[in-house]
Amino acid sequence: MEPLLAIMAGFLFASGLYLMLRRNYVRVVIGLILISNAANLVIFTMGRLARGNPPLVATGETMPAEGFANPLPQALILTAIVIGFGLLAFALVLAYRAYRELGTVDVDAMRVAEPPYPGEKTVSGTPDQEEA
Amino acid sequence: MKSLILQTIARLLLPLMILFSVFLMLRGHNEPGGGFIGGLVGAGAFSLYAVAFGPASARGVLRADPRTLLGLGLLVTVLSGFFAMVLGDAFLTGQWLIFHIGEADFHLGTALLFDIGVYLVVVGATLTVIFSLEEEST
Amino acid sequence: MDWLLVLPLAIPLFFGVVSILARNNLLLQRWFGVLGMVVLLVVSIAILIGVRTQGILVDQMGNWIAPFGITLVADHLTAFMVLITAIMGLAVAIYSLANIDAERESFGYYPLLHILLMGVNGVFLTGDLFNMYVWFEVMLITSFVLLALGNRKEQMDGAIKYVTINLVSSLVFLSGVGILYGMTGTLNMADMAVRLDAVDSPGLVTTASMFFLVSFGIKAAVFPLFFWLPASYHTPPVAVSAIFAALLSKVGVYALIRVFTLLFVQETGYTHQIILWVAAVTMLTGVLGAVMQTEFRKLLSFHIISQIGYMIMGLGLYSPLGIVGSVFYVIHNIIAKTNLFLVSGVANRIAGSFHLKHLGGLYRKHPFLSIMFIIPAFGLAGFPPLSGFWAKLTLTIAGLDAREYVVVGIALFVGLLTLFSMTKIFAEAFWKPLPSDRPKPAAEVEGIPGVAGIRTMMVPIVLLAVMTVVLGLGAGLFINVSLDAAEELLDRTRYINAVLGDP
Repeated sequence: MEPLLAIMAGFLFASGLYLMLRRNYVRVVIGLILISNAANLVIFTMGRLARGNPPLVATGETMPAEGFANPLPQALILTAIVIGFGLLAFALVLAYRAYRELGTVDVDAMRVAEPPYPGEKTVSGTPDQEEA
Repeated sequence: MKSLILQTIARLLLPLMILFSVFLMLRGHNEPGGGFIGGLVGAGAFSLYAVAFGPASARGVLRADPRTLLGLGLLVTVLSGFFAMVLGDAFLTGQWLIFHIGEADFHLGTALLFDIGVYLVVVGATLTVIFSLEEEST
Repeated sequence: MDWLLVLPLAIPLFFGVVSILARNNLLLQRWFGVLGMVVLLVVSIAILIGVRTQGILVDQMGNWIAPFGITLVADHLTAFMVLITAIMGLAVAIYSLANIDAERESFGYYPLLHILLMGVNGVFLTGDLFNMYVWFEVMLITSFVLLALGNRKEQMDGAIKYVTINLVSSLVFLSGVGILYGMTGTLNMADMAVRLDAVDSPGLVTTASMFFLVSFGIKAAVFPLFFWLPASYHTPPVAVSAIFAALLSKVGVYALIRVFTLLFVQETGYTHQIILWVAAVTMLTGVLGAVMQTEFRKLLSFHIISQIGYMIMGLGLYSPLGIVGSVFYVIHNIIAKTNLFLVSGVANRIAGSFHLKHLGGLYRKHPFLSIMFIIPAFGLAGFPPLSGFWAKLTLTIAGLDAREYVVVGIALFVGLLTLFSMTKIFAEAFWKPLPSDRPKPAAEVEGIPGVAGIRTMMVPIVLLAVMTVVLGLGAGLFINVSLDAAEELLDRTRYINAVLGDP
């Protein structure tokens, strides 16, 4: 099971990276989402996959029963998912605001903060045309 | 868009969902539940009301500004950690009051206070986002 | 158990929350801003005194014994960083009184500033790797909002690059944490340090360390991962630029120093050699970028990158003197660089532009401001007796001891170019007469106009300039204290024993 999940995580990383190389910022954000899930999958796999008992302490006992599953990776992933959810939601809103302000989602065409030098070749056209 | 069915249901569901959210929060002490999920259900109640009647009237029903709830929730959460300081323990150590009512033991602790804080933060944060999104779209 | 260590997190959170609750009263928010920073300063001085007298301070959250719970740890390095964070917070809070416009204030500038400092302090204080990730995110999300607050076009453009690249860096960090957890089964850094030594394939550990080098390298803006920094730091108001320049990239440097002295010391010949060369190239590219810039804050942004190289260089040398140089350089650079950003804001206020072409005549009209620029600028370039000279001297000696002559040569050459670009700012903005054909100042001027605003803005500038001079004149004392920090960092058992308890 572990190799399968490792390959899956690698595939997600690769797909996310591919999307992040696009000029369209919305695709970049989708790539980020994929990579964030890949990172969570890495943590999950690293916590070892085992069919274990619930890590709960029965009434009257002081230790959980033998062979209990490791709850820590799940707690970590839960935290990471919630944080990732907030950050990615912010990134999406930012993409929307930037589109409203700058009129483009093409990251190469966003040259307001770093205006082109005199004589520099700049990108024109929308990214969708380029990719169609 | 006004829908009579949605408005009637929303009016009835609002108190029920708030009650359920409080139940979830208190249940979280020993069983699945807790401040986070309770807060989401509570926020769901008000956002349903906002969908049916518009965000302005939902704000009216909520009375407090969601951002105030957010601030209060954070404050409660921090203070729950500081209870331990007064009693000389490390930050966030749980402090318990135990009542005996008849046969049953009743545990009241700072963990509950922390959960109430989380509940308020989740309600406040979610509603801040949802209300401002709805207000922008109308 | 030490209560002090919670306070650098709790105080900014408390004042942030109070500022949220007082969101309709801007006056109250402003004074809470200053008051919160003063309280933070007092607490961080107490922590430094505590570390000096009692050694490494440790606090176990919620009374969970390490390595099971989350531990807060303060050694010398942490204490320095928390102290300098509080000083910078205070300087920027005072500066913000005159620099931040009412619109930004009403959208939550002050709560964000407090929470940003909480995140920064959290990274410094935590002894748990996953917790460090969480604090990084607290810091990042507030910095995202601070950067985008105000919705100007350049800000949107800068924020897109900043947000995307920093999110990637966080995800690389998270994957690295996951892999380390798989190898050691722990997240407590002290416990992890012990168990990493027992991992039977050191190559794997070195591979994992590269995740951290890349992730913290992006945050610290080292070569070749720095492009987001000059694309974004000049877009928000000066107060925000200043606090970013002061703290955010240095948090990355701190994290690098922490993990590459505590966790990844198995193959120093390989990892630290990479760091050393990254440092050399970072210095060079940063300063070359700065030389060709003509916008005040962009020029300073490229200098941040160049200076990061010096901080990393000490870590790469991995000798006591090298670490002393790094620690001293971080402290000196935070003070001087923040001050330069603050001066750029005053120049903008007076002349209405950030572009060197449109600035001029400041020396004639405002000689005091010019002196306040010269002190941090020459400090940065490394003029004796200012602080930068001693920092560079320490690093140079450490480099010569390690026989890294090429790197030392690059460092000295970069110092020369730094001086060149500082004199360029001075000649263009201060000395040259005000150009007559300059365009009408656009809406670049921010905040409260008038002389009263400038007076308020000068307060932190003078404060920081005095600190640069004091740090230079009292360098001997400070280098001795840094030596304690370096010894603590290089002798891992002290940190480990403090956290896990004596064996």
